[in-house]
Formats: sequence, C-alpha cells, structure tokens
Amino acid sequence: MLIKQRPSWVLPESEVTPKSIYLNRRKFMTGAIASAATLAVPGLLHASDTSSDLKALDYRAAPEYSTDEKKTPLDDVTAYNNFYEFGTGKGDPAKYAGEMSVDPWSVEVEGECERPGRYALEDLLKPHDYEERIYRLRCVEAWSMVIPWVGVPLAAVIKQLQPNSRAKYVYFETLHDPKQMRAQRSLFSTVEWPYREGLRMDEAMNELSFLAVGLYGEALPNQNGAPIRLVVPWKYGFKSIKSIVRIRFTEEQPKTSWEMLAPSEYGFYANVNPEVDHPRWSQKRERRLPSGILRPNWIETSKFNGYGEQVAQLYKGMDLSRFY
Amino acid sequence: MAAVKHQTMILVVSKLLLFLAALLPLGFIVTDVLAGRIGPDPGQAITERLGLAAFQFLLLTLVVTPLRQITGWSGWLRLRRMLGLFVFFYACLHILAFLQLLVGWGDLWATFTQRPYIIAGASAFLLMVPLAATSTKAMMKRVGRGWKPLHRLIYPAAVLVWVHFLWQARSDITEMVIYGSVLFVLLLLRVYWFGLTTLIPLRRR
Ligand code: HEM
Repeated sequence: MLIKQRPSWVLPESEVTPKSIYLNRRKFMTGAIASAATLAVPGLLHASDTSSDLKALDYRAAPEYSTDEKKTPLDDVTAYNNFYEFGTGKGDPAKYAGEMSVDPWSVEVEGECERPGRYALEDLLKPHDYEERIYRLRCVEAWSMVIPWVGVPLAAVIKQLQPNSRAKYVYFETLHDPKQMRAQRSLFSTVEWPYREGLRMDEAMNELSFLAVGLYGEALPNQNGAPIRLVVPWKYGFKSIKSIVRIRFTEEQPKTSWEMLAPSEYGFYANVNPEVDHPRWSQKRERRLPSGILRPNWIETSKFNGYGEQVAQLYKGMDLSRFY
Repeated sequence: MAAVKHQTMILVVSKLLLFLAALLPLGFIVTDVLAGRIGPDPGQAITERLGLAAFQFLLLTLVVTPLRQITGWSGWLRLRRMLGLFVFFYACLHILAFLQLLVGWGDLWATFTQRPYIIAGASAFLLMVPLAATSTKAMMKRVGRGWKPLHRLIYPAAVLVWVHFLWQARSDITEMVIYGSVLFVLLLLRVYWFGLTTLIPLRRR
C-alpha cells in the first residue's frame, strides 16, 4: 500500500511515496524551538500549526462508518483536548506534545497470542489499508466533537496478532517517558503512569473499534495521540487511549487508569450513557464543539453515542448502571 | 495637615489603580472572546477563568492583614473592602457563566445539590452573601460589634473554595497544592499573631 506524502503547499494527489517514508518523516519542532519561533514571528506560528509539518495519508473513505454531521474544524480538534501526560489544561497538549518524539515508534505485543514481540509501527500497519471514518467523539466532561479519523480497524490488527482462546481482553498502554511527557514529571500527579486502558475482546473486535494514525487526511498531530491511538466512538473519550506502546492480550479484566484512580466515578466499560450520571458531570446533554457564547451548542446525548445499532448487543443482559 | 492630604491622595490613587487592575481578568476574557481566542468551548474556558479570578482575589483579600502587620501601614485595610467585593463580583460572574454557558438553567436544585464539588462551591458562595451585603458603611454601623465576627466567615468560605477546586482535580493536583499552601500560610499567620480563636467565625472576643 502506498502513502501520499506532500509538502503542505502541494495538493494531496501530487506525490506518491512508499509508507516507509511516512514513518521516517516527522522531525518535530521541539516545543522550545516552536515557542521561540512564535515569539520571534507573532502570528506566523501557533502550536497547533505543527500539523502543517504533517504528511498526507493515502486512504479510502468509509462512508458506511461515517456520520454526515458537521465536522469539528481541524484547528479546534488539534488545539483543544485532554492528553494528561502533557498537562491538565485543554491547551496544554497542543503546547507541549511537541516534546514527544514519535519516530521511530514501536509497539510491544504480549500476552495470550501467537505473534508476540516488539513491532516497528510500520510493520504492524503494513498489511492494512487505511480508511477514513468520521466518528462522533463524546468526552465524559460533556463536550463532543465530530472527527474524520484515518486508520485501520482494530479487529484487523488483532487478527494479525492471533490471540489464543485464553485472550478475553485487550489491554493498551500509552508511552511512559517523563523526559518527553512533562506532566509525568509532576510530584502531584494523581494518575499512576503509564496510562492504561482496555477492552473486552468482543468490544475490540467490533467493527467500529478503530486504530487511528491520522485525522483530516494527515498523520496525527502529537497532541491527538501520534503516532497511533485507539478510537472507540461509543465510549467516553478517555477510553480512546493515545500514543500506544503496548498491547497485551489477557485472560483477566485489566485495570484501567481512571478506574484505579476513582473507581466510583469511572468504570471499565465507560459506555456513553445519558441515563447514568457521572458524579461530576450530568451526561444527559453535551456541548457539540465549537460551541457559542450567545447560544451554547447543546445537543441531547444518545445512548452509546448513537452507535447502539452496532454495539448494543455486546451488552445484552448487563445492568449498565452497575457496569458503567 | 499636608501629611494627611498626602495620605488621602495615596489612598485615592491606590484605590483607583486597584479598581482598574481588578477589572483586568474580566477585560482579558472579553478581549479573548472578541478576538476569537477563547477557543471552541467558551463556556468551559470562561467559567474556569472567572472561578480562578474569584479565588485569587479571595487570597489577596486575606493578604491584607499580614501586609498591615508587616509594613505597619494601616492604609492596606482601606483596600480590603474593594478586594472583597471583587471576590463576590467574580464569584457571581463565575456562577452565571456556569449556568448560562456550561449547564443551562434547567432544574437548578439538582444542578446545585448533586455534585460534591458544586455543593462546596455553592456553600462558599452562600457564606459570602452576608459579607457582601454588610460591606457598606451604613451596614457596618448597623451590624456594629457583630461585624468583625461575621466577616470571619471568609475563612471557612476560603477553605470551601479550595475544596471546590481540589475536588475538580483529574490527573494532577499541583495547582491545588500551591493554592492550598498559600491559603494555609495565610491562615497560620493569623493563628500566630492573634491566636487560634480569631479563625472562628461569629464568635465575639
Ligand atoms: C454555586 C456556586 C459555584 C458553582 C456552581 C461553581 C462551578 C464551577 C465549575 C463547574 C467549575 C469548573 C469549570 C471547568 O473547568 O470546567 C468551577 C471551577 C472553579 N471555581 Fe467554581 N463554582 C461555584 C462557586 C465558586 C466560588 C464561590 C469560587 C471562589 C470564590 C469558585 C472558584 C472556582 C475555582 C478556583 C475553580 C477552578 C478554576 C480552574 O480550574 O482553574 N467557585 N466552578
């Protein structure tokens, strides 16, 4: 499969290069250089403009998995999000994720499977074609976005790794490197790093579960979880773990970071559910971003974030107010 | 006579400067909104910034007495009422922004009573209402000897605001630790100078 790579001023279709180049590409400006440049040339560079460094990906649209709702603009998707390894402010990821180097990148595969080992990212992705899916993303903080992701179905990658019959869950970890991730250096961090997430095997194999390597047609900006992240659109955003370095197949249900931190607030499943309130945020409605000042952009939250048709059967017979 | 005039001048000028400075946090929010810099979720950004401003002014209010103790200039006390009213001003805007921009005006009772961190914030606010209401000269006279003990309600209010802040923490509590340490030192100084009982509200000595 081929990856298109282009300087940002050329049209996407202009140049075609092999994927290995995509994976060798990004020399990110460090945060320090970027901010020095911003100071020197006001208005020329914003932190979110790191995306102009990124290369276009080659993919096919997957309209069968895409919503036709209005997309959240790229600038908002890249400038406003949570990636607590880089700070607690919504703008911190865009400011500081440049301090992370994502090239080269490898993923450790372990546990109950036939093909464990350390995979260079390009080897993990090589067998697969990229597709674009426009998904809703619902944060537990009651805001939401609509984002065009580029990536591969998680099921395809899992099949390639050949889990055995004891594999009941898939566990993921984010990079843990305090040198590159400033909030991991904090003395008063409440999260025990690395960030951990997990899915039940049938959830992971669901057709909606997705491994994204890009958004808006280009490789993921660091702040959005480069170079590879999970996207599970029927669950709250924190399940969609970023910058994955480890995939483990387990027999036991793995402990996830938020569950470890506040088990009464966050469960393993974390399915979007307006009927089950979170102790800090009502989940009945959400602000679809960008939201306004005069008229906040409220919409009603749907169960499973509107993906019930594809996923409701996974939870048949389960009391979702108990397994939240 | 000249010295008195000079003192008054200093006071008038510092009050004016303080008034303008205290409007800056609001001014920055307004200019960010007008310049389109407030981001895609204005409700969250504005609520957060107003709340933080309210807390910062609250801590500044508590700095006044130590400043007087240290510098010996009692003029500081004349700035305290304005600072306190700005705490109330920003707290009101914070709550209005919360209702108008973040959650909406439906089912107010549930909004204020279901979440522990909101209960803490709302309790802090309720404690501040009588303080703002008795801030004028006329009200001070009316309340008389009870005024001072009444205004010690600011101590539990400050602690509740801090709890309100702490209970919002997600992945990190660095900021809460910093603000908490400042508050702790400010309260401790009072215990050191005036004894533990000065911290007890509604108690006359
Ligand atoms: C009914 C009363 C109150 C309500 C409903 C309320 C609500 C909120 C909410 C929802 C937030 C989180 C904003 C966000 O980051 O999304 C917040 C943050 C905050 N509030 Fe309040 N609040 C109340 C009273 C107060 C009072 C009286 C103060 C201070 C005098 C205060 C100070 C703060 C501070 C310091 C923050 C944290 C800002 C930050 O994260 O930097 N709040 N409040």
